[in-house]
Amino acid sequence: MSDTLIVDYGAGNTRSVRAAFARLGETTILSAAPDAIERAPYVVLPGVGSARAAMEHLTETGAADALKERFRAGRPILGICLGLQLALEHSEEDGGVETLGLLEGTVHRLTDGRVPRLGWASVTPWDHSFYFAHSYAARSNATIATADGVTAAVAAGSFLGVQFHPEKSGAAGERWLASCRSRV
Amino acid sequence: MVGIVPFPRLIPCLDVTAGRVVKGVSFQQLRDVGDPVELAAAYSEGGADELVFLDITATLENARTMVDVVARVADVVSIPFTVGGGIRSADDAARLIEAGADRVSINSAAIARPSLITEIAHLFGSQAVVVAIDAGGGRVHSHGGTTAVGRDVVEWAREAAECGAGEILLTSIEQDGQRSGYDLALTTAVRDAVRVPVIASGGAGNAQHVVDALRVTDAALVASIVHDDPTQLPALRDAVQAAGIVLRPLPEVLT
Repeated sequence: MSDTLIVDYGAGNTRSVRAAFARLGETTILSAAPDAIERAPYVVLPGVGSARAAMEHLTETGAADALKERFRAGRPILGICLGLQLALEHSEEDGGVETLGLLEGTVHRLTDGRVPRLGWASVTPWDHSFYFAHSYAARSNATIATADGVTAAVAAGSFLGVQFHPEKSGAAGERWLASCRSRV
Repeated sequence: MVGIVPFPRLIPCLDVTAGRVVKGVSFQQLRDVGDPVELAAAYSEGGADELVFLDITATLENARTMVDVVARVADVVSIPFTVGGGIRSADDAARLIEAGADRVSINSAAIARPSLITEIAHLFGSQAVVVAIDAGGGRVHSHGGTTAVGRDVVEWAREAAECGAGEILLTSIEQDGQRSGYDLALTTAVRDAVRVPVIASGGAGNAQHVVDALRVTDAALVASIVHDDPTQLPALRDAVQAAGIVLRPLPEVLT
């Protein structure tokens, strides 16, 4: 099997995501090349940096269009944290950013509790705890799971997005990633 | 309105120098405790919610070693971890985050130049910046707690959060190592002054102290209470939960 592609948008911690796939016995490549994004068997849009910087980088490299094309073709994409948020239409972050628009929905700053929201929360209906680290959250009719009332996962077509970090959620996260990959 | 409250966190802290985890009452009497990767994996297995690594020597040479330690930890350990000690610039922070750290903790450099907080938050998000505050007599101390800065702790915590800190790690210098409990009054004052999460640190001597801290704030740093022994962590978790604090449920280990 060819490599899982981790979309490179130029900032932050992608090592943890790659390490998580390596622990599942999978090799990954880090790339923003449009043809590679369209071709790869599995694409992960990871959760690092800020919405504006990420969108600028994805647009400049042509990765944004490649992700839209891949989604239209029904090929699987996993979005993690910011990667989930980028798949929606608009984010309040950085004064307002137009995002990829693969799915209906918008991203808003958290208003309740401590922000950033840091820590483990139980995800309904999956009945496991996963690790969250975010200040913004999705509102979408594609929401399929929540944690304390906040969107924890969205899915539509070939896109699956999670607000939590499966790569940082210990054994539960590892199992979740493995089951996610086995369905593809 | 929904209650957006994650589970309270227990965060073991590992002091690192020259690529090894050490323990000592003073720098003159450091004892080698073990390999950071092995200890981190063991704490993770024991139910730690996160980890903190502190480079306690923070020389240039140690900083390079720390980047290597971070990369090795990130390859093996699948819970979040923060790295602190000797971070003076956004480049220092970037090297650690790109090596696999989820967050960096800054202290003296943030006191000297609060805009460093903003720079790192801008690059990696607020959730990636922890501001560590060493408190003595309600005043801020820098350089490992040795230098009084003459600032009020609560006021500095508020400013740090306004600059973009995503979390405050509050250590009581008086309580640290005393094993008589966290400084709950100061922790509560800081908690009430900021909207970001606050980690209590310094002074835990028994499980009840941890319980008391988790009743007033989001997370507790634990070090000597587990005797630098990861196998002590499950018992601490059990005792904390027996006192009525609900920690995250651990997945059953599949063998």
